[in-house]
Amino acid sequence: MAKTFIPDSNPDPVAVPAPSLSTMHHEGPLLRNFRAMLMVWRRDIIRLFRMPTRIITGIAQPILFLFVLGAGLESAVGANGAAGVDYQQYLFPGILAMSVLTSALFSAIAIVWDREFGFLREMLVAPVRRSTLVLGKALGGGSVSVIQGLVLVVLAPIVGVSFTVASFFEMLFFLLLLAFSLTAFGIVVASRMQRMESFQMVMALVLQPMLFLSGAIFPLNALPKWLAVITRLNPATYGVDAIRRVILPQAAPLEIFGSVVPLWFDALVTLGFGVVMLALAVKLFGKTE
Amino acid sequence: MSSPAVEVESLFKTFGDFHAVNDVSFSVAPGELFGFLGPNGAGKTTTISILCTLLQLSAGSARVAGFDVATQPNQVRSNIGLVFQEITLDDYLTGAENLKFHAVLYGCPPSQVKERTAPLLEMVGLTDRADQQVRFYSGGMKRRLEIARGLLHAPRVLFLDEPTIGLDPQTRLHIWDYVDQLRQREATTMFLTTHYMDEAERCDRIAIIDQGRIVAIDTPDALKASIGTDVVTIQTSDDVAAREQIIQVLGVTGDLTDDGLRLKVTDGEAFVPRLFDRLDTGVRNVNVRRPSLDDVFIEYTGRDIRDAEASTNDKFRSTAMARGLRKS
Repeated sequence: MAKTFIPDSNPDPVAVPAPSLSTMHHEGPLLRNFRAMLMVWRRDIIRLFRMPTRIITGIAQPILFLFVLGAGLESAVGANGAAGVDYQQYLFPGILAMSVLTSALFSAIAIVWDREFGFLREMLVAPVRRSTLVLGKALGGGSVSVIQGLVLVVLAPIVGVSFTVASFFEMLFFLLLLAFSLTAFGIVVASRMQRMESFQMVMALVLQPMLFLSGAIFPLNALPKWLAVITRLNPATYGVDAIRRVILPQAAPLEIFGSVVPLWFDALVTLGFGVVMLALAVKLFGKTE
Repeated sequence: MSSPAVEVESLFKTFGDFHAVNDVSFSVAPGELFGFLGPNGAGKTTTISILCTLLQLSAGSARVAGFDVATQPNQVRSNIGLVFQEITLDDYLTGAENLKFHAVLYGCPPSQVKERTAPLLEMVGLTDRADQQVRFYSGGMKRRLEIARGLLHAPRVLFLDEPTIGLDPQTRLHIWDYVDQLRQREATTMFLTTHYMDEAERCDRIAIIDQGRIVAIDTPDALKASIGTDVVTIQTSDDVAAREQIIQVLGVTGDLTDDGLRLKVTDGEAFVPRLFDRLDTGVRNVNVRRPSLDDVFIEYTGRDIRDAEASTNDKFRSTAMARGLRKS
């Protein structure tokens, strides 16, 4: 409890009459919680634009994957060798998902920073529900990661991927859904993390396996059985599949036991995972011990 | 008003085998300004964290604004305000945005945020810097912003954990003016922790807390009266020998302190001539005064508040702080 304050003088302190507190108009709990949720969401958006370097670091790795790994492996797998499309095209929805996955986890793990810097206490002591804070955080982290992902859409023409208005909005819908679910998952991870040092561990044990086993990097339909099973158990797989299918209708869709997974099933699994994680996050969020 | 604003019974908080709060009981009446006086690590912040539902109690019970902190945390939270000891601002938001975040979370409609925050920003002298990000603020400016934020909403019980640490005297004075106004008009109950004696003097009642226990609790005047009328401090060429002699010839037992030999006597002015008369040791310096809360603290804990801090700091750091209660 070292007092590290440097006392500095208030240049021109003025005595002002305290406003009467009873004039504070209190809204109903529902409206208040809704506004609090939007406020938590807005804070994340404001912070993103105050830290532009975050956007750059967020897209650097996906770009490296798309142009270096993509170009390199494309020559190895041959034309239309990845689920019926060029490997770079195959990889494009993958790097969108990768960007969303990474920044969703990052945004959620910022909660650990908030804990270290005390801002989490300011939120936890407020008279709003835990679920309001968690929902605001999941929406905030989700929006931030979708914004990061959308920055990459400008690269689509370079690798020969084109959008229609409809496919763009379908993609946006699934990006949002995936981002929301993964942020909720990230909040669960963050609430189990006491210190920022565990971050490397989360990267190695959560983020990278989740990414590699999602179909973002390689097609999942012709894998050895053990690997096929693990990839189907990965909830991120379904979001990645959905995003790829709306962007690249010609690519082979995800199959389970030889039958094609319907798009609505992709949506359902992603949403279901998000809802379960959100419920868990509410339970775990703000446990100070 | 019937029920107390804060009611604590046999409260314990244990970290491992360390009792951060050790069998603490007290109650605070509505509208009272109640102070916790004690060194860092005495258990002040831990107690406040429990009362604010941020930390779970190990044993005992605590009620705030009539609600049980363990079973009704939501009701407790909507009735309290808290000025934290450490900085809990978002560095990447501006001062005004930090206040807005707080106001909205406490139920202030966005349309009223400006009219509520403007006078507070003016009070703490940050009107001109309100639209600057907090990471460009100095330590003192951040502190002032935190205080403005803590006073922003209308709590029934306001917890002020070392609220004016690191502030210049003029700003401290304005903050106290503001707190007094709030008390008069709103009858807000204030729960203060401090280790500034002049702030403790302002309290209606004080609990002196040391090593997790309340060692004394009363009004400042009663506490001062409880230790005898006057304090005479002398510096001599040999304090130890002087102490022995004073015990023998004057029947008064003194304490050896950094400032010299401290004696508690009923009539200081009359005592000094007798002292000079009887004492062989050369006296270099004499000071006679009414007892202060410093003296009260020494009386009840056996230590000076500054010494007490040095000895408890390390212990506290290795226990409570290791458990995510960041206090550095």
